[in-house]
Amino acid sequence: MLALDDVHTYYGKSHILHGVSIEVRPGEVVGLLGRNGVGKSTTLKTIMGLVRPAQGRVVFENHDVGGMPPYRVARIGIGYVPEDRRIFRLLTVLENLRTGLDRHGLTDARREQLLEKVYTNFPVLRERRNQAGGTLSGGEQQMLAIARAMMLEPKVILLDEPTEGLMPRMVGQIHQIIKVLHAEGVAILLVEQNVPLTLDVSDRVYIMEKGVVRHHAPAAELRANHAVIHQYLGI
Amino acid sequence: MDAFLIQTLNGIVNGMILALVASGLTLIFGIMDVVNFAHGELFMLGAYAGVVWLAITGNFWAALLAAAVTIGGLSAVLQVVALRPLLGRDPLYTILGTFGISLVLQNYALWQFGPVPRKLTEPMTGHFRLFYLEYPYYRLAMALLSAAIIGALWAFLKYGKYGIWIRATTQDRVMAAAMGIPVPVVHTVVFAIGAAMAAASGVLFGPLVGVNHVMGADWTLKAFVVVVVGGMGNLGGSILASIFISLLEAYASLVVSPAQAVIVAFVALILTLLLRPTGLFVPTPK
Repeated sequence: MLALDDVHTYYGKSHILHGVSIEVRPGEVVGLLGRNGVGKSTTLKTIMGLVRPAQGRVVFENHDVGGMPPYRVARIGIGYVPEDRRIFRLLTVLENLRTGLDRHGLTDARREQLLEKVYTNFPVLRERRNQAGGTLSGGEQQMLAIARAMMLEPKVILLDEPTEGLMPRMVGQIHQIIKVLHAEGVAILLVEQNVPLTLDVSDRVYIMEKGVVRHHAPAAELRANHAVIHQYLGI
Repeated sequence: MDAFLIQTLNGIVNGMILALVASGLTLIFGIMDVVNFAHGELFMLGAYAGVVWLAITGNFWAALLAAAVTIGGLSAVLQVVALRPLLGRDPLYTILGTFGISLVLQNYALWQFGPVPRKLTEPMTGHFRLFYLEYPYYRLAMALLSAAIIGALWAFLKYGKYGIWIRATTQDRVMAAAMGIPVPVVHTVVFAIGAAMAAASGVLFGPLVGVNHVMGADWTLKAFVVVVVGGMGNLGGSILASIFISLLEAYASLVVSPAQAVIVAFVALILTLLLRPTGLFVPTPK
């Protein structure tokens, strides 16, 4: 469904991705592990069209996504939850959600339904719907960022370190939410530093090092054999 | 005392028209992160469009609307052709770009309409007695209409679907795009709205002075002062700053000549930059 084939990406003159190939199948949760600065976030940004690949192809369903403007990538069904959450701080929680809801071809009833769904999954967002996004706590902002991406009814969500800097109770909630999305059949490409969580929720895992994929295995295999994780991530 | 009250009214009336120019500028600044140095020229071109449309329609209010639409449409084309390609480059490119546009527009107006100022006839000529003065109703109507247009803009930004798109794009262009908002279109539309507001100000202000090709330069400068004093990109701040600066100028002209009174605006600008560079009318940043 989503496939990167030998993708090379540069920031200016620095070569970040050296031929990354990754595949996400419908409804699958795919983990992307690696140390800091190996190009995990850049991989997601490249898919989203925020960085243009210099070489290689990014294909989503039948669309060639490489070089497509980000707003079109979003509209064909790829949701993006960035690393720093990037909540619209001066917009209320509801307005943040509406940025993804006010699209053509969406009936009012369907809008209500989608809102109701995230409010059920994240009751705190219903309570704070008229509060400015910037006033939410870190964990609440993370929920809002995920909820906002869900408004697009994406077929795949790119999640960039959703548990970074959150307290354990919040990490548990994010863990739950990933499982809920998975159960609903939304595919997820998950970039994480939290290895146990990634191994638990993912079907397959890619391990990146210095801009390339070094290892690729079913999560179950990595859960059983910790040596690989130790070798690449040092833990 | 009478003179003081008259100047208060003058300050508020001038402040409202300045607020109308400045809110367009603020809106554009918010989305481009760069001051539009052609803003005064859009004001000037709006006034000329008003002259032309008034000759065609014979109705001032129709001419006002038509001029705003004409300049709004022209600016949309201008944005797509000249400014959109500069997006994402160093702000200096956009500054030079808008400055270049201002020169082109100014000289186009000189070429098209000549150096002799054109008259824009006001739609109402009534007066009322204010102490020792005959105060024209038109000035009050001008202030009220400016306030109404600003109010409409505010409501559009606050409640409309496209208002949310504009505010989201202003805050975080990249994330807005990742939410499926067509950011390039939003930029063009915002530029057109800001330009239409400048044009409307030009038509409204036209009857008070002659319409000529350099009338915009002052307004770019003044609106720029207001946008800085009010806090860059802050709509409410710009409106308050417009009235504040205009009142300062009005009061100053009680003491010195009106030409010298303009200086207080720049004193206010310099003091703001020195003491509170984020702007006077914004909450203290944490």
